[in-house]
Amino acid sequence: MIRLIDVHKEYDNGTKALRGINLRIEDGEFVFLVGPSGSGKSTIVKLLTAEVTASHGRVIVNGYNLNNIRRWQIPHMRRTLGVIFQDFRLIEKKTVQGNLEFAMRTVGASSREMRKRIPYVLELVGLDGKEDAFPNEMSGGEQQRVAIARALVNNPSMIIADEPTGNLDPRRSLEIMTLLERINAMGTTMLVVTHERDLVNRFSKRVVAIKDGEMIRDGQGGYYRA
Amino acid sequence: MRKFNLGYFIKEGFVSIFSHGLMSFAAVCMIVACLIIMGSFSLLAVNVDEQLSRLEEENEFLVYVDESFSRQQIEQLMERVRQVDNVAQVDFISADEAKAKFLEGREHQGLYANLPDGVIRDRLSVRVADLERFTETVDAVRALPGVANYRAESKVAEGFVAVRNAVTALAWVLIGILAAVSLFIISNTTRLAAFSRREEIAIMKMCGATDGFIRWPFIVEGLILGLMGALAAFFLQWGAYAAVCRALTENGATTLFTLLDFRFIWTRVLQVFLLAGSIIGALGSSFAIRKFLHV
Repeated sequence: MIRLIDVHKEYDNGTKALRGINLRIEDGEFVFLVGPSGSGKSTIVKLLTAEVTASHGRVIVNGYNLNNIRRWQIPHMRRTLGVIFQDFRLIEKKTVQGNLEFAMRTVGASSREMRKRIPYVLELVGLDGKEDAFPNEMSGGEQQRVAIARALVNNPSMIIADEPTGNLDPRRSLEIMTLLERINAMGTTMLVVTHERDLVNRFSKRVVAIKDGEMIRDGQGGYYRA
Repeated sequence: MRKFNLGYFIKEGFVSIFSHGLMSFAAVCMIVACLIIMGSFSLLAVNVDEQLSRLEEENEFLVYVDESFSRQQIEQLMERVRQVDNVAQVDFISADEAKAKFLEGREHQGLYANLPDGVIRDRLSVRVADLERFTETVDAVRALPGVANYRAESKVAEGFVAVRNAVTALAWVLIGILAAVSLFIISNTTRLAAFSRREEIAIMKMCGATDGFIRWPFIVEGLILGLMGALAAFFLQWGAYAAVCRALTENGATTLFTLLDFRFIWTRVLQVFLLAGSIIGALGSSFAIRKFLHV
């Protein structure tokens, strides 16, 4: 569950990235966060992952109040999230299996847990049989599937996808979005940040639009005007 | 720390060392150089100290007793001298004994046969405990009633003390400077390793890795580099020390200055090197990794 209450964010250089954002996302929801470049989408992602703190207002993620979260609590909060990036951020020198093991090892998973969980997740994202492939041997769509598998492998309650289709062609983008929808249907809350209007319009989901740091629309339906 | 994590940290530490082998090699070389210089000065200080301890054992001054003093009064004077702070031992040498010792081994002893009795006095041989307080002890003893005169090589004692203090101070200053240089080098090596893996660190942080989980492989890396440097420095130091000992023996300098046998001090040297190497390695890495954890 995400709650943003009258959130403002002003960076040290004086840039006002967010101005009074109020947002509530319940468990199991699928939400598109849309807006043009520089509208404040990435700042919201950074707030939710505790990379930055709000200048004013309250930010609550999966029960953690990020306004007064202690430094040692941040890793535990992040374990409740899976984050997907536009540029995949895979470790090139590690295989698919290696990338997923890396993510699981960081949270202290045992080898037994890895052997059990990784094949399941790879099958879920349609990459079974690709365990030994290296990222540079895969297409962009496949690499993003690996990134999704990595986000899923620690069984988070919520996935935040920051422009997950930004580097993909329309067909691959649709495949990835369909996969995210399927994962959401299994109970994982999904927040997808994008500025791809056509893609958003194909899915009948809740759309939150922001512009110049202010929320300009929050509604069900899939259509938005940039 | 979980058991499987310990293995992972050690493995990652080794992998990291070889992933930027040249820089690791440079770091080990720097640690070796620093430890050898530190070790050489420390060994010099230890040897000078040892030499001074030997000299202290032999160090004494003579107190000439007033001719008018009876044997009983001399006994009382000896007791008063013993009570002076820093006096380790007091021995009485009669005028006859002193004369016999004076004539011992001299040619033309007949020339001294008619030496008047008052020329050579009864005397006390006084040994001090701490050479550093030699002069103040002499001053305290010569102020006692019944002391007619004294003979003390204060300047020699002060010279030895000054040399020891200078070597010790220089050793500490050098140890400080070289430790700082080593820390800097190790720190840079780790920083380079962390920089090349900044993406991995960012991913780890995003997946929920704790600071400790990210930090440990780098600390292990620094520790391994430090220990490798310490071991290499130890064997080189051993070789260098043995060479110096040989050179002193061949040149006959051992009559003036005897070096401690390395067999008696190698465990101490190894312990100090390993401790210094591991502290430098671990601390250097800890400093370097800090800024990469703020993600």
